[in-house]
Amino acid sequence: MPRASRTRKGPIRVLIAKPGLDGHDRGAKVVARALRDAGMEVIYAGLRQTPEEIVRAAVEEDVDLIGLSILSGAHMALFPKVLKLLHQEVGDRIPVFAGGIIPDEDAQRLRRLGIRAIFGPGASLEEIVKIATQLARGPA
Amino acid sequence: MTPSPGLPPLARSIVRGDRGALARAISAVENGDSSADEILRALYPRTGRAPVIGLTGPLGVGKSSLVNALVAQLRAAGRTVGIVAVDPSSPFSGGSVLGDRIRLEREPGDAGVFFRSMASRGAVGGVATTTREVVRLLDAGGFDVVLVETVGSGQVDVAIRDIASTRVVVLVPHLGDEVQTLKAGLFEIADIFCVNKSDLPGAEHAERDLSDLVAMGPSPDGWRPRIVRTSAVTPLGIDRLWEAIEAHERFLDASDARRTAERRRLSREIVDRASAQLSADLGRRLENDPALRRLLDQVLDREIDPRTASERLLAGRAPRRRSA
Repeated sequence: MPRASRTRKGPIRVLIAKPGLDGHDRGAKVVARALRDAGMEVIYAGLRQTPEEIVRAAVEEDVDLIGLSILSGAHMALFPKVLKLLHQEVGDRIPVFAGGIIPDEDAQRLRRLGIRAIFGPGASLEEIVKIATQLARGPA
Repeated sequence: MTPSPGLPPLARSIVRGDRGALARAISAVENGDSSADEILRALYPRTGRAPVIGLTGPLGVGKSSLVNALVAQLRAAGRTVGIVAVDPSSPFSGGSVLGDRIRLEREPGDAGVFFRSMASRGAVGGVATTTREVVRLLDAGGFDVVLVETVGSGQVDVAIRDIASTRVVVLVPHLGDEVQTLKAGLFEIADIFCVNKSDLPGAEHAERDLSDLVAMGPSPDGWRPRIVRTSAVTPLGIDRLWEAIEAHERFLDASDARRTAERRRLSREIVDRASAQLSADLGRRLENDPALRRLLDQVLDREIDPRTASERLLAGRAPRRRSA
């Protein structure tokens, strides 16, 4: 469900986190850097985050957007949990996007569950920044 | 203090311990939203209660790891902690990567810890312009202790002195010889020197150099800075670091030092705020008031000098008509 368009002032705040047991954080760091260069405040939560900790960080940091990175294959176990907890805590106020190795059929199911955008290998940083900005700003 | 029905709704939620409300109020303060004025005004009487511990020092000395270790120490003692960690904003894009959170470990669901990352948003000195007010929100939110971690500091980044009741300057071995300890700035604001990464060789040497500095005499308020060796990751010496912090807090309470220091900080805060307001106001007038624009033209044409123009601007006097 679309959220109300963002009315508050200040830079977009985005949480970048890697849920679960997954040590591959280069992609997440590259995306964090690109979002920084686009003028966003990127809260980099880093590796091995539980869904609970991710949602907690999103609440405390009052973010406009969450980006999850995963290359471990555990996305179908972890992402729905993040979405469920997030919904319990803040409703559908904060859009979530994802990146990593996510097969097409999984991506479709995750989109139905509420992940707003999914970026695979080869996605351009330009595209990620564009979509992330649109998601954070909400419908114009 | 108990929640009072006289508070505005968001302020009341903060006092009740609503984390989402606290987080949103922090954003409002950071962004200069008009709602921030009311919240800060309403909550101010409930602040000034929590010790505010500032950790500063060059980048990479382990401030975030020390914050994490202190949080564990405080939680084990049953005390709640609010943390503000500041990282720099890019002077080019305005964006930032706030990475202090990655060191934080806490028990799942522990409501006794609230961690907020802040970008410096163009401010120099090691913290953001609004960090002081964010600290007040955490204080009013009922946290027993507030920790503030600054941007990795240079020699003159001493803004934390205007925020913290106890200032910990974090260093590591091999940062330089003892002459560095004599230099003005960072070394002058320390209530406690923390030699972190003291499992590395050279820690004794660093401590000795600092001892010489401290031996030269107490600070003007009568406190002699303590030196503590720690290793945040091991962890080692965190209990001693906390003891030193508490000793300083007790020192502040034992005399009128706390009130004196707080008075000084508030005086600077009020003047800073008023100056910023005045500065913005004068800038606007100089650009928009036709008479004052002429003043600027006169300086541009070398008819009067900038000092004279600034005096006239303050006096609100338009320049005399050109006598040409």
